[in-house]
Amino acid sequence: MAGHPRRARMIRRRLGWTLLAGLTACLPLTGFARTPVVVGSKSFTESVILGEIVTRLINDKGGAARHRRELGGTRVLWDALLAGQIDVYPEYTGTLRQEILAGEGVGHGLTLAQALARHHVRMSAPLGFSNTYALGMKATLAGKLGIRTVSDLKGHPGLVFGLSNEFMDRADGWPGLRAAYGLAPRRVQGLQHDLAYRGIASGALDVTDLYTTDPEIAYYHLRVLDDDRHYFPRYQAVLVYRAGMAQARPAVAAALASLPGRIGQSRMIHMNARVKLDHVSEDAVAAGFIKRQFGLDSTGRVEDIGARLWRRTVEHLTLVLISLSMAVALAIPLGVVAALRPRWGQVILGVTGVIQTLPALAVLVFMIPLLGIGARPAVAALFLYSLLPIVRNTYTGLRDIPVSLRESARALGLPLGARLRLIDVPLASRAILAGIKTSAVINIGTATLGALIGAGGYGQPILTGIRLDDMGLILQGAVPAALMALAAQGGFDLLEKAVVPKGVRIHTRQ
Amino acid sequence: MPIISPRAIVLYTSPVLTLNGVSKTYPGSVALQSTDLSFMPGQTTVLIGPSGCGKSTLLRLLIGLVEADGGTIDMDGRRLSAGTLPALRRLMGYVIQEGGLFPHLNAEDNVTLMARYLGWARGRIAARLEELAALVRLPADSLRRFPGELSGGQRQRVSLMRALMLDPQVLLLDEPLGALDPMIRHELQRELKAIFRRLAKTVVLVTHDIAEAGLFANVIVLMREGRVVQQGSLRDLVERPADPFVGRFVQAQADSWRAIRDVLA
Repeated sequence: MAGHPRRARMIRRRLGWTLLAGLTACLPLTGFARTPVVVGSKSFTESVILGEIVTRLINDKGGAARHRRELGGTRVLWDALLAGQIDVYPEYTGTLRQEILAGEGVGHGLTLAQALARHHVRMSAPLGFSNTYALGMKATLAGKLGIRTVSDLKGHPGLVFGLSNEFMDRADGWPGLRAAYGLAPRRVQGLQHDLAYRGIASGALDVTDLYTTDPEIAYYHLRVLDDDRHYFPRYQAVLVYRAGMAQARPAVAAALASLPGRIGQSRMIHMNARVKLDHVSEDAVAAGFIKRQFGLDSTGRVEDIGARLWRRTVEHLTLVLISLSMAVALAIPLGVVAALRPRWGQVILGVTGVIQTLPALAVLVFMIPLLGIGARPAVAALFLYSLLPIVRNTYTGLRDIPVSLRESARALGLPLGARLRLIDVPLASRAILAGIKTSAVINIGTATLGALIGAGGYGQPILTGIRLDDMGLILQGAVPAALMALAAQGGFDLLEKAVVPKGVRIHTRQ
Repeated sequence: MPIISPRAIVLYTSPVLTLNGVSKTYPGSVALQSTDLSFMPGQTTVLIGPSGCGKSTLLRLLIGLVEADGGTIDMDGRRLSAGTLPALRRLMGYVIQEGGLFPHLNAEDNVTLMARYLGWARGRIAARLEELAALVRLPADSLRRFPGELSGGQRQRVSLMRALMLDPQVLLLDEPLGALDPMIRHELQRELKAIFRRLAKTVVLVTHDIAEAGLFANVIVLMREGRVVQQGSLRDLVERPADPFVGRFVQAQADSWRAIRDVLA
C-alpha cells in the first residue's frame, strides 16, 4: 500500500500548481522597461508618421527615444504628457487653443506658449503644414446639388452626415459648427474617421468631416466645402513637450528644434498617401523623410515580422498572465468566502457581476486618470473582467459538494482550514479550473482592446489594420490572438489532468 | 497491535455519553423534545422509530453536526461545546447511509486521512490499516480503488474502517446498511454484529428496521415525534409495549413477515 503511484500523483499535482505559480510570478519582470525619451502619437496616420519621424530624429542625432504609437485621442495624449508617461508628441495649435486650453484665456492677453507654460509644457515652432478640419462630400454629388460652401448645406437637411467620433464630441467640432452655421441635418452618425471615407465612397454617407492633409480627398474625388464663415481655426502642426525634459536633455531638445519648418503641406499629404493608399509602413516613410531632409541614414530598427510577432506575443501574454494570476489570487478566496457566508456571497457575486456588465472600452478609459496609459490600466481592467467566472465557479463548485460529504469531513474532526484544503477545494477543483479557463479565454480576447490605451499586444496590428483598411494587418493580430486562446484552452485541459484528482474524474463519469 | 483496545475492556460503571434535557427545534418543527438519555460503555444502543421521529437528529447532536437549542451533552466526562468538539469528535467514529467517502481520495486515503492529518508515523498508519482491512474483510487491492470504483457494500466496509481508524470510544452509525440491497444487507448485518462484539465499543446505531434493531441491540430506544417512547430489549417492546403506538410499530413489521408466510402457505 502507500507507495509510488500516490506519490507520483502528488508530485504531478504539485508540479502543475508550481508551474502555474512560477510562470505568473516571473512575468512582472518583463515588458515594463523604461526607455529614456518617450514619443507619443495619436491613433491616426499623420500623428503616427510624425511621432516616428521625431523618434528617429532623436535616435539619429545621438539621443535615445522610443515611440509609443497610437495611444488614443487628444485627451489621452495630453494627460500622459502631463503625467510624464510620454515626453513629447505632435499636436495642432487649433486643438491646443480650442480643446486642451479652452477657457484658460488664450487670445485674451495670453499667448498660446504662455498658457502652455502654466502646465510646464513647451511648444516648438510650427512644423510647416496646417491640418485644418473641413467638411467634404463627393464632388459629383456636390456638383449635382450645387453645394460649394458649408452654408450651402443648410438647404439640404436630408443629407446623411457621418462624422468622426472625436469631431462629434469636441467643442470646436460639430457642436460649434452646427451652431455657427445653423445646420440641422436629419441624420448625423458618429463613426471612426477612416470608416467615414468608405461610407462616403459607397454612398451610405453624404457629408463627413475631414482633415485638409488627408490623401483620401484626392483619392475619393471629394469636394472640400469652403468654410465661408471662417469657423475652423488654423491647425498648425507643432511638437509639445515637457519643459523639464527639454532642460534635462539638451541633445533631445536640439533634435526637436531641427524639425520645424521642414514639413510642408504637400510633403505631409504625400507622406499620408504613401501610408494610407500605397500601404508603405510609417517607419519606412519616416526613414525616407529623414534621409531626404537631413541626409541621415535612419538607424531606427525596422522590425522583421518574426520579431514583431514575438514582441506582441510577449506584450499580450504579459497582460493576460499578470491580470489573470492577480484575478486567481483574489477570486478563489472570494469564491470560498461567498460559499461559506451566503450573505457576503450575494454581495460578492453581485459586485463582480456588475463589473462584468461594464463596457470594456469605458473601463479602459476610466483607468487612465488612475493608472496612466500603457500596460498598467489594461492589466487592471483585465483583472476586473477575469474575476466573475472564477468567483462564480469557485462558489458553485463548493456549493455543489454534497452535504453528506461536507458533514463527513466535519464529523472526522477536521478544522475548517484543513477541510478546505484537503476536501472542499480538491472536490471543487474541476469547476474552479473551468472558471479560470473561461477567464483566460475572455481575457485573451479582451486584451486586444488594451492597444487602445497603448498597452500593445495583438490589438495593435488590429487597430492599425482598421485605420489603414489593411486586412493583412488585422489578421496579424486576430489570428495569433485566436491561436493563443486555443492554446490556453488546450493548456487548461492538460492542467486539469494534473490538478483535478483522478477520483473526481471517475466520480463525475458515473 | 490488538484489535480490542485496552480502553474498551475496562469496565466502566458510568455512562460514556449522557444527554441532559437536550432539545432541538428546526424552523416550523420540533425535532427533539427535551430528552434525557445515557449510553453505557461497551453496549450497543439502537435508536428506532418512524421517519422524522428525531433519531437521526439525536445522532447528529452527538457528533456535533447540529447544535442543541437546550440541554447538555457530556462525553467521557467532558461537556460537548464548540471548544471541545474537535477533540471529542476524534473519540467518535461516524458512518452514514451512503458511506460519505470522499470521491477524490482512494479507499486507503479516505481511511487514513485523519491519521495523516494528525501526523501519525507511516508504520503506525500501515499497521492499523492492515488490521482494519482484516477486521472488515476488505481485499487489499480494493484499498487502492476510488469510491466510485467500489460496490455499495465495499464502500460501507471502507467507511467503517475510516470511522475506526483512530480507535474511537464510540461508534455512531446512521442507517449504515440502509442503501444496500437485501442480500448484501443481510450478509453485512451478521458481520457487523460480529465486529461490534469483538470490538466491545459503545455503539449507537440508527435504523427503522425492528429486526435489525433486535439483532444488534443491547438496548432499543423507540422514538416518536421527537421524544423517547420506550427503552428496553426487543422482548420488552414486543411483550410489554409502553403505549399503543409501540404495539402498532412492532406489529406493522411483524405483519409483513406474516404476509410472506401466508403467500407461501
